[in-house]
Amino acid sequence: MKSERRAALLFLAPALVLLTVFFFAPVVAGFALSLTDFDLYTIGDPHNIRLVGFDNYRELIGSSIFWTSFVNTMYFALVGGPLTVAVSLAAALLINAKAARFKALFRTVYFAPVVTTLVAVSIVFKYIYHPRFGMLNRALDTLGLPQPDWLGNPKLAMLAIIILAVWKGFGYTMIIFVAGLQQIPEELYEAARLDGAGAWKQFRHVTLPLLAPTFLFVGIVVAIGQLQIFAEPYVMTRGGPLNKTVTMVMLMYEQGFKFWKMGYAAAVAFVLFLVIGAATLVQLKMQEKR
Amino acid sequence: MTRLRWLAIALLVLSCGTRDRGRAGVERIEFWGLGREGEVVAEMIPDFEKRHPEIDVVVQQIPWTAAHEKLLTAHVGNASPDVAQMGNTWIPEFAAMNALDDLNPFVAQSKTLDARDYFPGIWATNVVGGALYGVPWYVDTRVLFYRSDILAAVGYPNGPRTWAEFAEASRRILAEKRCRFAILMPTNEWEPPVVLAMSNGSTLLTPDGTRGAFRQPQFANAFAYYIDLFHRGYAPSVSNAQIANLYQQFAQGEFAMYITGPWNVGEFRRRLPADMQDKWATAPVPARDAQTPSVSMAGGSSLVVFRASLHKEAARKLIEFLSEPAQQVRFFEVTGDLPARRSAWTAPALVAEPRFPAFRTQLESVRPLPQVPEWEQIATAIYDRGEAAARGTTSVAAAVAELDHRADLLLEKRRWIVSRKRGRS
Amino acid sequence: MTRRVDTIVLHGVLIAGGLITLFPLFWMLSASFMTSGEATTFPPHFLPHHGTLAQYRELFLRLNIGRAFLSSAIVAIAVTIFSVLFGSMAGYAFAKLRFGGKQRIFGLLLIALVIPPQVGMLPLFLLMKTFGLVNSYWGAIIPSMVTVFGIFLIRQFMLSVPDDLLEAARLDGASEWRIYWTIVLPLARPILATLATFMFMSTWNDFMWPLIILSDQTHYTLPVALANLSGEHVLDVELMMAGSVVTVLPVLLLFIALQRFYIAGIMQGSVKG
Repeated sequence: MKSERRAALLFLAPALVLLTVFFFAPVVAGFALSLTDFDLYTIGDPHNIRLVGFDNYRELIGSSIFWTSFVNTMYFALVGGPLTVAVSLAAALLINAKAARFKALFRTVYFAPVVTTLVAVSIVFKYIYHPRFGMLNRALDTLGLPQPDWLGNPKLAMLAIIILAVWKGFGYTMIIFVAGLQQIPEELYEAARLDGAGAWKQFRHVTLPLLAPTFLFVGIVVAIGQLQIFAEPYVMTRGGPLNKTVTMVMLMYEQGFKFWKMGYAAAVAFVLFLVIGAATLVQLKMQEKR
Repeated sequence: MTRLRWLAIALLVLSCGTRDRGRAGVERIEFWGLGREGEVVAEMIPDFEKRHPEIDVVVQQIPWTAAHEKLLTAHVGNASPDVAQMGNTWIPEFAAMNALDDLNPFVAQSKTLDARDYFPGIWATNVVGGALYGVPWYVDTRVLFYRSDILAAVGYPNGPRTWAEFAEASRRILAEKRCRFAILMPTNEWEPPVVLAMSNGSTLLTPDGTRGAFRQPQFANAFAYYIDLFHRGYAPSVSNAQIANLYQQFAQGEFAMYITGPWNVGEFRRRLPADMQDKWATAPVPARDAQTPSVSMAGGSSLVVFRASLHKEAARKLIEFLSEPAQQVRFFEVTGDLPARRSAWTAPALVAEPRFPAFRTQLESVRPLPQVPEWEQIATAIYDRGEAAARGTTSVAAAVAELDHRADLLLEKRRWIVSRKRGRS
Repeated sequence: MTRRVDTIVLHGVLIAGGLITLFPLFWMLSASFMTSGEATTFPPHFLPHHGTLAQYRELFLRLNIGRAFLSSAIVAIAVTIFSVLFGSMAGYAFAKLRFGGKQRIFGLLLIALVIPPQVGMLPLFLLMKTFGLVNSYWGAIIPSMVTVFGIFLIRQFMLSVPDDLLEAARLDGASEWRIYWTIVLPLARPILATLATFMFMSTWNDFMWPLIILSDQTHYTLPVALANLSGEHVLDVELMMAGSVVTVLPVLLLFIALQRFYIAGIMQGSVKG
């Protein structure tokens, strides 16, 4: 027994030490940092630091750029999240349909965007969205539709990024839905059919309720991922036009590593943490109610 | 067992990959060049190494879009180069971080560097609190580029000289339908409103650099004039990202005037069609009125030595080399970046180009931007509010009030440090 | 009859969805073989009229993208090896070894799954600075050497390894390390492959931390190098497409080869969790 405990300690040591030093300690230190005004003057002279309590948070709440980034991030998550879930559920239902053939092929195709490099496909989409030369607007032109300046128009830029995110991400949640669908016993559908339920009723009364646990998991995973959006606006718009694509992580990056206002940036990061925690809790609660 | 072997191989690769070893007996220095300049300087290094065989220069090319944050992170992370190119507006920031070496003693004893050979406004950007943190490498300022055929047709063959002429020329260009727009001032550039404000005598910040001076009439009036150019339809409120092909649009008469920098002289020559080449010219930016001089901002890049460098002597030798008039001319010929030294301006390539005298005139009356580390963020706020006002989502009065508010917030730490220093002394 | 129509419609939708999904990747590949300027002509070319490798030559010979490729490979391979090794060790301990406070420690680790990594990034940078690891491969590798996700994944798998097997080995006098190395690891091969695939791909694609910690181009990974290039070469569509191909193709091919492990990982992480 004693040797087993010692062995366990040795087996756990590398993981626990690394996680403590390089993850948990920085998280705690991040909170401490957010209570100071650590900035580039501090780097020049360590005496140039003050404990400012919650001033950074107060400054955040009072600054328009923070609220802009907050609203943008929520817009991205609240529109992009459900859209991803809807598209991936539709794709999962199609692939899982009994009559569907070449399931493995379609699964691979739909999943391919997930493994691509975000930076690279953001660049590809930047050109696809080009107002004049982009393939999207050329397609719209052929159809006789108006051709907006996707990334240059403040009203559309975030939507354009959402489309990219849905394209990039729906395959992932699709796989989870397929797994969930396969766990629904076939007898339930047969019973529903005997009761005279059509396709829609079967979906509404069998598929959806039984997918509930999957929805919870998908919801949390998608929310956590989407609230951290950074690379797409960094590569495609740098936050513009009119700051309509500045996100919370981008604000943190710019304040922290561009202007070196580390205390302030740490406060942004913590607010993000709170938002993610809140999003997770809300979804857990909603699930409980049902 | 094979797994362990793979691990060992990976560790080996890793440890080899992290540091390149230099040749024996040779001092290796690292130089960071930005964007195209970084590419070009790499071609000039062999000459330097021929002259100084004991020095080996490694050139790192850092793209302009990421240069500022990369230099900062490198300094904070103790991974800074020995010598680097740096936008001269960044120098106060790095000075505040105590990152740079004071070059005053070096310049004083140098046989080839002579402060009097440099444009005074440019030189001043490198001096913070009496210390000299950089040597100007090339200079940059904003002047007015214009379609000489169109401006001649509306009565200004030499370009508008004052704000009134600038607006009147624009009005006529639109009224006579000579262009779709008169002026191009991309809304994500803070330089045009700042240059106009400087012409109007604005210091942008209070003289000690602890508060904004944007509500003062010198700035507010210039800003109102700038915004008015958009509201009257003279300038389109578009950002750089929305301009598909600037040169094509200039040639096709989308706009006739453009406030921009010297690199575009080369670009215009390269990218405009041949039949356009005698139809464009440059002039100093319009002055407020006939009695005041035309003022523009002192931009450009300087060469700096990092305090943490262990090879400062070699780094300074590289600066001396790149500052030689002959090298300045050569650098100009490849990049089109204007030489920092007046003595290099006699080069045939500079004399032959009729668009350069406007720059030369302008450079004698340039002023440094406020020398505070927070400038970059304040400048961002200027174009941010400028863009909003140009698009009509805020008023001029609200915009300048907001600018003062933001500047005061950004400068709070600076006020604390200044007052603490005063308290100590 | 309607059955037939349904099937045709179903496949029509599946194929249309597939084409839309693949189009961006197809266009990226196609444009990367075009001559400069061809991707912005009217009317548009869907395929290069005179296929050329000029963009790739420019990337590898002049812009030195091979170096970034090497950096990406070094960082991704190192992270993969370490995270599989340390993750399987910890996962094994949590699943099969008895020690006080096991549940509590494991529960504490799970909290990490909802903490966004950005929260610790600023202090982590300062920490790396004190270790002198800014602008080094180690700086990019160390924070990913262990992931809670990996520990979790392997623990779930190892719970299903029968205890009798381990007890028998113990009675034979085998050391705990020997049991882990010769009995548990071979059994766990599929899940190790899953974790390895996962870690390799996510490290290869990672952007924000490498962007922060790697300051010069001898250390840039592909995404960082690519983001930098895109700032300098906005107008060179074909060149940027070639750069995207170089970045995306390795992971895409790896995925196609190893997809059963990768997809298994997602299912494991979701269904059992």
